[in-house]
Amino acid sequence: MRYLPHTDTDRKAMLDAIGVASIDDLFTDVPEAARLDGLIDLPTKQGELQVERALSAMASRNIAASQAPFFVGAGAYKHHIPSTVDHLIQRSEFLTAYTPYQPEISQGTLQTLFEFQTQVALLTGMDVANASMYDGSTACAEAVMMAARVTRRNKAVMAGSVHPHYVEASQTLAKYSDVSISVTDAAPADLDAVIAEIDDTTACVVIQTPDIFGRLHDLREVSRIAHEKGALVIAVFTEAVSLGLVEAPGNMGADIAVGEGQSIGVGLNFGGPYVGLFACKNDRRFIRQMPGRLAGETIDADGRRGYVLTLSTREQHIRRDKATSNICTNAGLCSLAWTIHMTLLGEKGLTTLARLNHETACELADALGSIPGVEVVNDSFFNEFTLLLPKNADQVVNELAHVGVLGGVPASRLYPGRFENYLIVAATETNTPEDIAVFAKALAGVL
Amino acid sequence: MTTRYTEDHEWITVDGDIATVGITAYAAGQLGDVVFVELPEVGKSLSKGDEFAVVESVKAASEVYAPVDGEITAINDALEGEPAKVNEDATGEGWFVKIKLADASQLDGLMDEAAYTAHTA
Amino acid sequence: MGMNTQGRPTRMAGNIAPDNLATGGYADTISGSRGLDQAEALIFERGAMDRCGVDLPEPKGLKTRLGGQERKGEIGLPGLAEPETMRHYVRLSRKNYAIDLGLYPLGSCTMKHNPRLNEKVARMPGFADVHPLQPASTVQGAYQLMGELSHWLMTLTNMPAVALSPKAGAHGEFCGMMAIRARLDADGESNRRRVLVPESAHGTNPATAVQCGFTVDEIPADKTGRVDMEAFKAKLGDDVAGIMLTNPNTCGLFERDIREIADLIHEAGGYFYCDGANFNAIVGRVRPGDLGVDAMHINLHKTFSTPHGGGGPGSGPTVLSEALAPYAPVPYVVENSKGGWELVEHMDHAEGDPFGRMAAFHGQMGMFTRALTYMMSHGSDGLKQVAEDAVLNANYIQARLSHVMTAAFEGTCMHEALFDDRFLKDTGVTTLDFAKAMIDEGYHPMTMYFPLVVHGAMLIEPTETESMSGLDRFIDVLEALATAAKEGDTDRFLAAPVHAPTKRLDETRAARQPVLRWTAPTDTVEAAE
Repeated sequence: MRYLPHTDTDRKAMLDAIGVASIDDLFTDVPEAARLDGLIDLPTKQGELQVERALSAMASRNIAASQAPFFVGAGAYKHHIPSTVDHLIQRSEFLTAYTPYQPEISQGTLQTLFEFQTQVALLTGMDVANASMYDGSTACAEAVMMAARVTRRNKAVMAGSVHPHYVEASQTLAKYSDVSISVTDAAPADLDAVIAEIDDTTACVVIQTPDIFGRLHDLREVSRIAHEKGALVIAVFTEAVSLGLVEAPGNMGADIAVGEGQSIGVGLNFGGPYVGLFACKNDRRFIRQMPGRLAGETIDADGRRGYVLTLSTREQHIRRDKATSNICTNAGLCSLAWTIHMTLLGEKGLTTLARLNHETACELADALGSIPGVEVVNDSFFNEFTLLLPKNADQVVNELAHVGVLGGVPASRLYPGRFENYLIVAATETNTPEDIAVFAKALAGVL
Repeated sequence: MTTRYTEDHEWITVDGDIATVGITAYAAGQLGDVVFVELPEVGKSLSKGDEFAVVESVKAASEVYAPVDGEITAINDALEGEPAKVNEDATGEGWFVKIKLADASQLDGLMDEAAYTAHTA
Repeated sequence: MGMNTQGRPTRMAGNIAPDNLATGGYADTISGSRGLDQAEALIFERGAMDRCGVDLPEPKGLKTRLGGQERKGEIGLPGLAEPETMRHYVRLSRKNYAIDLGLYPLGSCTMKHNPRLNEKVARMPGFADVHPLQPASTVQGAYQLMGELSHWLMTLTNMPAVALSPKAGAHGEFCGMMAIRARLDADGESNRRRVLVPESAHGTNPATAVQCGFTVDEIPADKTGRVDMEAFKAKLGDDVAGIMLTNPNTCGLFERDIREIADLIHEAGGYFYCDGANFNAIVGRVRPGDLGVDAMHINLHKTFSTPHGGGGPGSGPTVLSEALAPYAPVPYVVENSKGGWELVEHMDHAEGDPFGRMAAFHGQMGMFTRALTYMMSHGSDGLKQVAEDAVLNANYIQARLSHVMTAAFEGTCMHEALFDDRFLKDTGVTTLDFAKAMIDEGYHPMTMYFPLVVHGAMLIEPTETESMSGLDRFIDVLEALATAAKEGDTDRFLAAPVHAPTKRLDETRAARQPVLRWTAPTDTVEAAE
């Protein structure tokens, strides 16, 4: 088998060196009843050609984003990723390297993590960021638990317009803890309901901006009120590119910023792997309660600058049952892709990209909003907004798919039984005027 | 002033009804470079044997246990910026907390210096 | 000469020559680079805010609809053109050890070869360029792949259900323990909150148990390195929720009493969680379902070769028994009556009683494609050979080194060999020093100081993708190092590594004075010497 170097001669020689007659002699601890007669009932080995064919057939049963006018968002976004990114992450030394526990031979990974942490902190307007979490939703969940530990309070208030998957992931992580999460109604465009729930038992408020419907929120007022009561403000984002044009959470009073980094460097990948971003202020209570890995700067025995994983005593491998989280991995290669893309973009590139996204969305809003019966619900948006249709949005999306348009996400998919005529649509720099025209025509056609 | 020791390597020095507590130089040596000490809040009540602090080195975190019952009256804030004091002067500037004793007789059950030295031999 | 490590502030796009050591280079050359080992400063020191490696059209300058939320100040991000970006990361990559470079004997990490066919398949547009929330009719192939992967995982383990959504091994542990907690609560067993965990367990086990509202009760190991059965039995009671066992365990040994453990835990009213980190030792030969397991996470990035990528991403699908299957989290795929696939993503649409959703969307699809590619390439016969060669390789190392290093336990091992530091007694060389000397020999060290049940642990897992000649070279080097230590050649160990891009790094300093990011200097005046 192409990945197994041993020949039968090798195996025999090795068994001899060990001093056993057959490989079965090394499995004698397996209970008799669990020993199998022969092979497990699955296909036997195949060459590259056969495997590639079978999986290619499966892949071709899907419609890829590049094959149709594509306007699907709601937490994952199609952006163009420069060729350099995918080339670099496939280098052996990045792809097949392990966690940098031996820093002397992992400076490549460690320095890129240090750069990543810095970029995330700058982007979110925060002081410090970790080396990434699994994704935005679990980063959000971990932020809620961190706020509870830091404030020693156990009430969390989440705005209903936070991505429902993020709300659910947070509820799951908190389920058997002392933390109780209350979720306000998703419909209102203001934060009044969140503010109304803040008292001195509140550990944190969690607000997404741009929210699930694409609406932008100013966090200044709610931050002022929350801080007066000793509660933390957790800002959530699902579209990292928005921070190239929209005010950063750290500049609006947020204590912790969490979100999804997928838009930068990481493709759609049907939902994963993605890259969770986690950043916070340099409050002395925070750093030791932050979950996840941290790369830190230091010097070696010759005085040379280098990087190591640090503050590891927060983590499971040392603190075990008292760890801040059980997390053991970070997003690794995805965080590398993110930092490479961000380096290629730089300030100029990111701010331009963000503006292009917003302008494309404005043009899309104009085109769709002018269809009779279609209303753009948002007063504000970045690159995603919500339409109120005269018809069931789920049905509309299926009909659009039939004519070869991937036209957004019906809000009812995320809020079962509610918002049935609302359609969430996203536009990015990858959408052309032709795409928009096709979408508008098709939408008009199915209504 | 009397100083006593626990089997878990805490020292306690008593002056009237206030006791100062820390970890011994032996313990600090075993831990390696101390990078952080997590201290409790002033006013907290402790029972003998309660975990009241955590000492962190780069690769380990060790709990510190209350040698007696009492209430925390002061904590050594200086350790936050200079945890190295625990390594440099474990029984002096590396102190952790001051406790108002609830029951001075509890000290009788602890080791004196000779017994502790034998314990760590 | 005093070493000015506080030295000159490094500025973005600076035109002063940086102090070599302050930017990670070598002091003994002019440039700071040494031959092919290129020094490489931070992007913040090399880039500039107006440099860019992408070409984008000019925005039109349309009136914005941001509701007054436009960003006011600068972000402060540096950029680099494409050639410089390429150089930056290529230079950094060369400071990394990698599987493609050499043997990575990390115990319980399963550092096997990462096949490149996996990468090709993962990048097929039909997998890489599809959105999780596209309508079902446009992603039937993606659901089908999830179904196919589920089938392989359930069949390999002989378990009736699998949750694909956990994003990593530790996340899978959380999934399994949440299912156990949900089941106990559903049965009204609210007093069952104590979870038994061997002392040798990986740190994620107790951390996860606590996240699910349990307390942890440690079981000691016996002198063979396995669960002490007497101690285990004594800890059973009607407040026991279950046990978390790794099998083979973290000492590399198969728990021979595992069926008895499973039966006793079940009789006591608890459930059996198995940490699947060491599945590579038994895949294709033993099915955890046959051992009485109720839940087991599988690390696709270990047993099934998805790349380690410098620390992630992982993927931790969790197989579940009949007792726990109803509590599996959403979402999951099911075949419908028309021969197509559907995604069940809402709690109330599920047949059973899911404990909740683990994360956004449906799981680590990019790892599913890679893992399935690997499974289909090996087949059931190839996978059985994987386990056999993995166990063969570890035993070969143990047998050939036991005369000069000290194996922690008697007898043969499974896929990893555990040594302790008794052979270094009185040499002045610690496990850490030994590991650093391996770096100078061109090897990544083995897992050190884990498991905790053995002093100065050295856990070696070669995996099945190491050739015999590769193993022989490795064994020869370790034998020579062990002999050198015993013969008093301490300098080689205490100074090590000297051939790596850096010498030993000051981790105390990094923890006492954390510097977790680059910060722009507040002015460009140079600090006084």
